[in-house]
Amino acid sequence: MRRAPGVLASAALLLVLLGSLFPLYWSVVVASHDNAAMSARVPPLLPGGELWRNVHDVFEAVDFQAALGNSAIVAVTVTASNVLLSTLAGFAFAHLRFRGRRVLFGLVLGSVMVPAQLGVVPLFELVGELGWYGRLEAVVVPGLVSAFGVFWMRQACREAVPRELVDAARVDGCSLVRTYWHVVLPALRPHALVLAMLTFLASWNDFFWPLVVLDPVESPTVQVALAHLAGGYYTDYPLVLTGAVLGTLPVVVLFALLARKLVTGLPGGRVNP
Amino acid sequence: MSVQWDRRITPYLFVSPFFVLFAVFGLYPLLRTGWMSLHRWDLLAGPVRFTGLANYADLLTDPHFYNALANTASIFVVATVPQLAAALGIAALLDRPLRGRTAWHAVVLLPNVVPVVAVALVFTQLFGRDQGFAAWVLSWFGADPVDWQAHAWSAHLGVAIMVNWRWTGYNALLYLAAMQSVPRELHEAAALDGASRLRAFRSVTLPGIRPTLLFTVVVSAIGGLQLFAEPRLFGGGSTAGSAGGNDRQFQTLVMYLYENGFERFDAGYAATISWVLFALCAVLASVNAVLVRRLVGRG
Repeated sequence: MRRAPGVLASAALLLVLLGSLFPLYWSVVVASHDNAAMSARVPPLLPGGELWRNVHDVFEAVDFQAALGNSAIVAVTVTASNVLLSTLAGFAFAHLRFRGRRVLFGLVLGSVMVPAQLGVVPLFELVGELGWYGRLEAVVVPGLVSAFGVFWMRQACREAVPRELVDAARVDGCSLVRTYWHVVLPALRPHALVLAMLTFLASWNDFFWPLVVLDPVESPTVQVALAHLAGGYYTDYPLVLTGAVLGTLPVVVLFALLARKLVTGLPGGRVNP
Repeated sequence: MSVQWDRRITPYLFVSPFFVLFAVFGLYPLLRTGWMSLHRWDLLAGPVRFTGLANYADLLTDPHFYNALANTASIFVVATVPQLAAALGIAALLDRPLRGRTAWHAVVLLPNVVPVVAVALVFTQLFGRDQGFAAWVLSWFGADPVDWQAHAWSAHLGVAIMVNWRWTGYNALLYLAAMQSVPRELHEAAALDGASRLRAFRSVTLPGIRPTLLFTVVVSAIGGLQLFAEPRLFGGGSTAGSAGGNDRQFQTLVMYLYENGFERFDAGYAATISWVLFALCAVLASVNAVLVRRLVGRG
């Protein structure tokens, strides 16, 4: 019943492979030519030799170093905080008894589907009052925890942390904080790693809110700097796509390192649709 | 710290960071959006005056709003129908003994991790009128280059292709996981009854993954309502703004929101669009909840 792929299926798989990789390959092709070469009627199909010059030009055209640094700061902070706060709350909802637990968890569930970016106008106002306009806090603080993360870590906690273990720790006189740190968190490691990966990607790739609240010249993340680079009356594609390749490289490397864990642990929902 | 205190208070401390952040950066902006939508409100100067439902009345007679709504719906349909069909096909392809399974899964998921901005930029280059790859491919067939941004149909198609490149593989993996949780015995029974592969797919696999299919349709719709980066960058960076083409032929709802709020500083009107979008998302989410419960209950 389950057969190895035949000729037709193999051809279809090859097509999937090409479809997945071609736009990435093409980005590298464009990034390694100059604009004149790309304007030819028949575009070059193989990478050229202009990549290093284009990289140099990107760093000249915008403060790409700062943008990479900003994106790294934002993504790492948001990821660490999401893992910590989601597992903490997930543990409480999964295994601890407290008054109002059901109502509070109902609130978490209800907010999973609420697209936070729709509150963008008052959020902009709020961030202005806090004095965070154009500062990384504006992007970091609202993203410190997500309803989805809490929801998912509660599930994970129920599956991976036996209730008896939590009870045993309590009988031994272990405080809840110590139980969390020494029992729950180690057991949640595989789930937390996938959550960390998804959060990092979503944060690194986020565009709408950073575009609204960050200064494209003074304090951009990579995505905002790229949009700025692509703006203007005339778009220099080799330059722009060199930036895009540089901005994609970190997430692709991370993905290559952790892909095995990610494809097996994908939750049935998107962090950031 | 007493044990009593620890058991009673600590759980609240564990969940409070979420609720504090949610209240300040989630719930408050949401409620305030509703309040702002009842005013004439300048983004920088603040409230001008209370206008009741005037913004909503304007919105209902605003041709630009209907245009953005129609574009958003059109792009959603052009993107989602082929995307989910292709995802189903890819999932069926991967649902068999394959050498290098994990590698295949990674290949399929890879487009999803690429930043949406990078995706939009490379596809905009591919669809360039004069120097694009698409123009060259069209020339093989003797077709003239297409000015992709100039027409509604071609612009919607271009944006839909970007969306699909990013999300088809992701949905394929969700379908694959669902397919593999369909009980083995059902497949074996179908084989014993002499069902063809296609017949087994239609009668066993499809009903088995129905809740997942539904879930992806609704999540795609909620994502589709918020479409912004792809069409915005397709129109060429920051100087072009968020109009979505000369005749607004590919302006989506969130682009129209952005245009009103952050290019015209009309915060009251932007908040009105937000609130309508939020209502649409809430309707979709509840439809999803009801349908999934019903389907899962029946299955």
